[in-house]
Amino acid sequence: MNIRLNGTEHSVDAGASVSTLVSQLTGRTLGPDGQSADGRKLGVAVARNSEVVPRSQWHGTALAEGDDVELVTAVQGG
Amino acid sequence: MTDSTHAQAQAGQPNQSGDHFMVDGVQLGSRLIMGTGGAPSLDGLGAALLASGTELTTVAMRRYSPAETGSLFQLLVDHNIRVLPNTAGCFTAKDAVLTAELAREALETDWVKLEVIADEHTLLPDAVELVDATEQLVGRGFKVFAYTNDDPVLALRLENLGATAVMPLGSPIGTGLGILNPHNIELIVSRASVPVVLDAGIGTASDAALAMELGCDAVLLATAVTRAQNPALMGEAFKHAVIAGRLAKTAGRIPRREHALASSAMEGRAEFL
Repeated sequence: MNIRLNGTEHSVDAGASVSTLVSQLTGRTLGPDGQSADGRKLGVAVARNSEVVPRSQWHGTALAEGDDVELVTAVQGG
Repeated sequence: MTDSTHAQAQAGQPNQSGDHFMVDGVQLGSRLIMGTGGAPSLDGLGAALLASGTELTTVAMRRYSPAETGSLFQLLVDHNIRVLPNTAGCFTAKDAVLTAELAREALETDWVKLEVIADEHTLLPDAVELVDATEQLVGRGFKVFAYTNDDPVLALRLENLGATAVMPLGSPIGTGLGILNPHNIELIVSRASVPVVLDAGIGTASDAALAMELGCDAVLLATAVTRAQNPALMGEAFKHAVIAGRLAKTAGRIPRREHALASSAMEGRAEFL
């Protein structure tokens, strides 16, 4: 199925969770609590259809066709 | 920076003058808050941050890009520098609140530098949206560091709404014009009971020293260091400038006089025929 990820079309498996998507994009394995399995901070956040999805809910939140997902991280800024 | 002072900074120990910057119950050993914007490379930025002695630094929240090499967040974690996420680029309270929520989730801090700008030409804060966003964020449990105009009335409003710190601008972001209205900054300081952080417009070390002499609790700057010809050296210059300004303010300056006042006694002069 197709979603919009950071403003562009993106294809994910049907029924994929937010956790699956974040894991695929960051290349990190995530636990059910949304924390990185390697123990290091992940430093990213997700908004789905303009609402923040808390890390603890990534695992249980299934993506739906046409979802608008923003995945953000810290970058340089004043 | 020597290893020993670096270790001191990392442990949140007092700086040379035994002075601390307390904000939201957190003790910082440096009154210099460094922004990270404008640095051409992460390595150069790391060197400048360390040379500045800062223990708190701002970051922006932007779309994740897998192609980017190196992580700013990891750099800050490695150097044990606390993160103050900003809402740069937000023009409305709605966008600022959502950005702050994302930052809290990503960086696990409820501190936010609230920046709601009116337009890209001036980058000046939009007072109406700023007040609205401050109220909403305080209600959601955020510790709001409000980037504001150098307006004593607005600064007090933000404090009364629950802002953790007010951050008046010296001059517009990135201009390096210094502190255009020192009188207003003094007025803001004199009426505030939350920390006042001079934010934006700093061009060189003397501007930061002046901010501290006017009574500010801390100084926030980015461009003045990151776009200097030698960022690490400028970072070090600001470290000393902030300490010097703070010491001078604490020491108490002499009053300004209209006429000269000799510092050498007139009595006992040799007389020449």
